[in-house]
Amino acid sequence: MRLEARHDIPLWMSAVAPALAVLAAMILCSALILWAGFSPFLAYAALIKGGFGSVFALSETLVRATPLILTGLAAAIAFRAKLWNIGAEGQLYAGALAATFFGTGMITLPPVLMIPFLFAVGAVAGGLLLLVPALLKAHLRVDEVVTTLLLNFIVLLFVNYLLFGPWKDPMAMGWPQGRPIVDEGVLPNILAKTRLHAGLFFAIAAAIAAWALMRFGVLGLEIRATGHNPEAARFAGIPITATTLKTALISGGLAAAAGVTEVAGTKGYLTLDISPGFGYTGIAVAMLAGLHPLGVIAAALFIAGIYNGADAMSRAIGVSNYIADVLTATSLLLVLLAMMLTRYRLRRG
Amino acid sequence: MSEDRQIVLRLNGITKRFGPLVANDRISLTLERGKVLALLGENGAGKTTLMNILFGHYVADEGDIEIFGRRLEPGSPKEAIAAGIGMVHQHFTLADNMTVIDNIVLGTEPLFALHQNLAAARRKINDLAREFGLHVDPDAKISRLAVGERQRVEILKALYRGARILILDEPTAVLTPQETEALFATLRGMVARGLSVIFISHKLNEVMAIADEIAVLRHGRLVARRPRAGAGKEEIAAIMLGKEIPEPKRTPMPAGAERLRLDGIAVSGENGSGLHDIALSLRAHEIIGIAGVSGNGQSLLADLISGLIRPDAGSMTVNGQPFSEFTPRRAIAAGIGRIPEDRHATGVIGDLQIQENLILEQCRSPRFSAFGWLKGRAIARHAQQLIERFDIRGAAPTTLTRTLSGGNMQKVILARVLEIAPKVILANQPTRGLDVGAATYVHEQLLHARANGAGIILISEDLEELMTVSDAIAVMYRGRLSAPIPAEQITVEKLGGLMAGHGFGEGAQEEAGHAA
Repeated sequence: MRLEARHDIPLWMSAVAPALAVLAAMILCSALILWAGFSPFLAYAALIKGGFGSVFALSETLVRATPLILTGLAAAIAFRAKLWNIGAEGQLYAGALAATFFGTGMITLPPVLMIPFLFAVGAVAGGLLLLVPALLKAHLRVDEVVTTLLLNFIVLLFVNYLLFGPWKDPMAMGWPQGRPIVDEGVLPNILAKTRLHAGLFFAIAAAIAAWALMRFGVLGLEIRATGHNPEAARFAGIPITATTLKTALISGGLAAAAGVTEVAGTKGYLTLDISPGFGYTGIAVAMLAGLHPLGVIAAALFIAGIYNGADAMSRAIGVSNYIADVLTATSLLLVLLAMMLTRYRLRRG
Repeated sequence: MSEDRQIVLRLNGITKRFGPLVANDRISLTLERGKVLALLGENGAGKTTLMNILFGHYVADEGDIEIFGRRLEPGSPKEAIAAGIGMVHQHFTLADNMTVIDNIVLGTEPLFALHQNLAAARRKINDLAREFGLHVDPDAKISRLAVGERQRVEILKALYRGARILILDEPTAVLTPQETEALFATLRGMVARGLSVIFISHKLNEVMAIADEIAVLRHGRLVARRPRAGAGKEEIAAIMLGKEIPEPKRTPMPAGAERLRLDGIAVSGENGSGLHDIALSLRAHEIIGIAGVSGNGQSLLADLISGLIRPDAGSMTVNGQPFSEFTPRRAIAAGIGRIPEDRHATGVIGDLQIQENLILEQCRSPRFSAFGWLKGRAIARHAQQLIERFDIRGAAPTTLTRTLSGGNMQKVILARVLEIAPKVILANQPTRGLDVGAATYVHEQLLHARANGAGIILISEDLEELMTVSDAIAVMYRGRLSAPIPAEQITVEKLGGLMAGHGFGEGAQEEAGHAA
């Protein structure tokens, strides 16, 4: 067996392949559901209903998708430049820390200024956090996979320290959480009786901006050139190091914005669990989207829906919600396989 | 069939397609015992594909192969070796950090044997070396060997595995004329002892010197088969090319102002592989060719002029202005047009569109962007004009560059370089891997740029190319550059001598002694 590159890839193929892959993942996972003693049909019906089946279900999926869009964009843009940022989780918390530091009373501005201000300081914090590994990579060739990954733990432990120590809210009955964000800084609710907040608009706008940058921006061209072939990009006079550093600032900033939406939108204050691994799941989102910024929106909705739906499914019929992890992982693997098969065909011999 | 006309290899109707391209079209061939069969054809004619099928790297879509009367299992190099085929690839497949004997034995012994029978192997290697005149030190590390010696190791490796049919893919591409002679002597000895050789080449002179029989491939088809005796060189050349493509003529032109000057340039490199005391003066309306066996510092010199590396000593002057900040961006700004050696690795970015590759060097210039945003329409118009002007076939501005053929990819690079009317052009192997038509086009464009006042440095391993277009040729040997020889005084013998290191100073000879 060997792979042969296809010469022209029909459009329908690249559109249908991921959908088929998701379907195949569901069929594969139904074996596990059967094994656990439940009907896959009922389980999937409950999952889809719980993820997308009502206004409330949909609003919860959108709430969850908001940070995933931002961390997905962070991964998508960094990976385009072959900057392997595995540290979105840490950058997310860096953004949350900055929003908490500036947004819990230190500075108060009218909401039209306060909210952009919080996003700005958060993004700067996350960008600077990723700048360190990027500088190490550019100048000393330190592997950024290792540094960004390990920084996650450092940042999380630092948050731990702050929330159990100096930043602990005295009004929180002893819970390790930060003081609430001032009212002017809270992201407004956009649908009554749900948790849906304006962070969603910010995330979608960020995706459109990221798409425009990659498609029409000079920096986007430089990022793509650097990622595809750094040697040729350097030969053509593109400043590789500067491009990598700019990419790091953007990627870190986007991941940090997810921390801001959680602290200033979903929760209202910093806790140790504002992110159930949004930073890591963002990598899966970006890969599912084929690193396309607009595809990230769809991929984030899909994954958020599966997780929310799986929770509902486990409440309704008792299948463990870990099936969501399995289903996401299987979908991801099969989508990657499907994308490869659209680009190459298998040949015997 | 009598003993002296025994057929050892028979190819029956071999066809191989890569997508829409038919690389081999119903090729049938036979090879006799004790004969040298030359497989002749231009680049891209399908020679290497055919041999890769024979050696089991590819599987033919149709047809089969018989060796010594038995059918060969397709798609298995192991089977091919067992059947008695040995292949010496164009790019050697030796482990640099291992010794000659390790390389030869590698793969013939079980991976986890407790005890390697190196003594017996050494004896066998020494016997083979003596028998065929393939002298190498069995205990030398490959990295210390010269190219010609490495080739001998490759041949020994094939013989050690019991090859009765030896395939040599462009074996002379990396050799000096003198080393080529030594190789031919070895090959003659081999066929005299009953081995058979397939000799792949696109150099007609060599084929006429060594072959017993000549098979010519063109566009994947076997178009002629002749015994060497009685075949005329002109006849074979005409068959090979299909039609006569007139090579552009270089008309003498008075040189103009100095475009590029190198003074005492030195670049350090590992074990003497750097550049030493390079001096060169290039003027407008002048093409200086740089010859030399590959690996003698040509790449470093090209990288230096391209702004990729900095010299440790010496100075460079472009158009009378000192050039001190060695970056690609500065080189572009100074008006140096660069055609890199490897168009896939450094020339273009295959996954970008043609229009994007065409503006890559100038994407920050106000022509193609404003306030950080690309001017989409200007970029597309620019690409459309260049596609028409340089006749880039099968291309729209948004076509992905990797879908282009080698010749058209090179046209994208040429378009990018020539469009800015550079004062200096550095062309490193600009026609490598191109067919005659595309190569001629490149030569025309270079001569055209010369007429428009550019000074051109042409680095090439193809002496014929250098002698066709250069006003003067300098030779590189172990990091040193000879004084340019004016075109009227050039002979192949003179160049061959310089390429082998004769006529270089004491220093070069001394280093040659160290490295050998």
